Amino acid sequence: MDVATLLGDLRLAAPELTLAGGAMALLMVGVLFGERLQIIASVALALAVTLGAGLALASSSAFGEDGGANLFAFAATGLASLIAFLGARPAGPINGAAASFLVAAGALAIIPAPEGVEAAFNGAFAVDGLSSFAKVVIALSGAASLVMAARYLVGERLAKFEFSVLVMLAVMGMLMMVSARDLIALYIGLEMQSLALYVLAAFNRDSVRASEAGLKYFVLGALSSGLLLYGSSLIYGFTGSTQFVEIAAAVGEEPSIGLLFGLVFLMCGVAFKISAAPFHMWTPDVYEGAPTPVTALFSAAPKMAAMVLFARALYEPFPEIAADWRQIIMALAALSMAVGSFGALAQRNIKRLMAYSSIGNMGFALVALSAGTREGLEGLLIYMTIYLVSTTGIFACILAMRRREGMVEKIEDLAGLSRSHPGLAVAMTMLLFSVAGIPPLAGFFGKFFAFLPAAEAGLWPLVIFAVVMSVVSAFYYLRLIRLMWFDQPAQPLVAAPRELGFIAGLSAFAMFPLFIAPFVAAPGRALVETAAGALF
Amino acid sequence: MLLQTIAFYTLAITAVTAALLVVAARNPVRSVMWLILTFFSAAGLFVLIGAEFLAMLLVVVYVGAVAVLFLFVVMMLDVDFVELKQGFLQYLPLGALIALILAAELVFVGVGRTALGGGAEGVFGAGANAGAASNIEAIGEVLYDRYVYFFQAAGLILLVAMIGAIVLTLRHRENVKRQNIADQVARRRKDAVTLVDPQPGEGI
Repeated sequence: MDVATLLGDLRLAAPELTLAGGAMALLMVGVLFGERLQIIASVALALAVTLGAGLALASSSAFGEDGGANLFAFAATGLASLIAFLGARPAGPINGAAASFLVAAGALAIIPAPEGVEAAFNGAFAVDGLSSFAKVVIALSGAASLVMAARYLVGERLAKFEFSVLVMLAVMGMLMMVSARDLIALYIGLEMQSLALYVLAAFNRDSVRASEAGLKYFVLGALSSGLLLYGSSLIYGFTGSTQFVEIAAAVGEEPSIGLLFGLVFLMCGVAFKISAAPFHMWTPDVYEGAPTPVTALFSAAPKMAAMVLFARALYEPFPEIAADWRQIIMALAALSMAVGSFGALAQRNIKRLMAYSSIGNMGFALVALSAGTREGLEGLLIYMTIYLVSTTGIFACILAMRRREGMVEKIEDLAGLSRSHPGLAVAMTMLLFSVAGIPPLAGFFGKFFAFLPAAEAGLWPLVIFAVVMSVVSAFYYLRLIRLMWFDQPAQPLVAAPRELGFIAGLSAFAMFPLFIAPFVAAPGRALVETAAGALF
Repeated sequence: MLLQTIAFYTLAITAVTAALLVVAARNPVRSVMWLILTFFSAAGLFVLIGAEFLAMLLVVVYVGAVAVLFLFVVMMLDVDFVELKQGFLQYLPLGALIALILAAELVFVGVGRTALGGGAEGVFGAGANAGAASNIEAIGEVLYDRYVYFFQAAGLILLVAMIGAIVLTLRHRENVKRQNIADQVARRRKDAVTLVDPQPGEGI
């Protein structure tokens, strides 16, 4: 590899490099500088990286030669970065800078690879429509979770700069996951993400529940990594390569039994990470024990990353044996939907409820994946994006559940929310209706686009089961809505901070496809089509 | 060739003898010393088959770090080794069986490779100097060039682990004096020095 190739490869990995360099720079700032210097250094770093990313985006080929579009891209990057900085600022200037870095990484991810280039670092690192789409969503979701965490961290005396550094490194791991085109790259990205998330789960180290969550997540995550590694080594052994392209060439119509074993282990390992049943056992405990903003992060960006990684790891190396892995995906999907829907019925803690909700939602997303077609991948991306937006909004509402004496997380504490906080109640209701899949809202279209390809692929039993489970899951979402609107208020909650209201309102607004359809539907559809086209 | 044969047998016999003495020595500190000798002999064997980088790694990593760590553990833990050795005869049959199985496996590997046409040098000299490049060049080519992405990313994972360990365990105690470099640099003369004008014949 000569210097020119290396520089070209590094340019393709610009979002990851921004986050890695940013995390290290902010770590230095946090460790070495005093209070005033920290503010100056954070603002300077955030400004520099925002300007750099904005200029790179504006001068790239993403928006062509159109001067207006370029100016818009530059202004949008700057504005988003500023909002992220100010939103995450309450937990310290370094948190603000970290949120800006995440936005900048998202902006850099939009820049397309030059014509004809689709992989960097000897084919281990894919840069295509799929990775760009997923990276933008993941980076923005990470920035949103930093904004949501800010006041919580201050309130719980957890405001340490390491939090944002770990979030940045976790997001970097996720970006590496969606670009992974090699078994080693897949594993390294996954470990980078997981290791940072284990620490974040136990971040409130003085709380027994948080420590338990971190330890449980770590032990089970290590087990799943072991499964994944074992599967990878079997696949490598039976195909002779770790690169997806070469594995695809080596896999014939009649795969050997060892290769199938490897594939099964690999899928088990990834299923652990997306908390698909029967590998979901850690989810409720970890969601409940981890600090709430960390739970919000868990339920959003890592799921998107692991789903895209799942799709790439199945579609790219194993298209020949789709019939074999489809059965496993279908079983995972059916079990996840059942566990998620029925498990949530009996929950009294809202974080546990959201854990089961995310298990069920992963099941719905896997229905789209099981189709194994290009439309299936499109459906998966649409579903996951809508899920990410709505779950972020719901967690913003959950983070607003604060009484004078501290955070509350029983679902009864939501009672009478419509009278004490009408705005929050309306936003939460819209988000819950959307997740339940009630027709005019975005969640319905997510499910529609997720189930349709599976139906077209002839998987009718699975689709019917998914629809039934969707109805069952609507029951507990509706129970929450009933509590908010028709029950007598218990003790009132204190007023929600502005950032949480902003995020909840924005995501609730995004659930109205009629309002935003003209601006989003056509370009969004085109984006998803390009993204899905990367693997076909 | 003769010199090599002599060196091989000397090193091999030393390695096996030292390995036996690791188990047989009564004093655990001596066991560790014998272990170090085993490592050195094995490193010599690696040099003989042309794997000089592995030999260096063995000395640096195992002798330099692992064996010293063993020594620390052995000397710090107050284990009653007499009591530990009491079950020696009782577990001898099981241990001997496992040793036998391992030895049989080694023989099978050797025989199997030779039967497959790999030949003895295919087993023992496994491609040590396959190309013109030296070992170190070959490893550098793979590690820092072909797999540079994985190498750097693995380094970052270690950074995450370090941050995690510090975040989860470091406690800032009250009343502990620690150095604040920023404060020291920002210190001005008027913060530290006061001028007093004592009267003649009086102290301060």
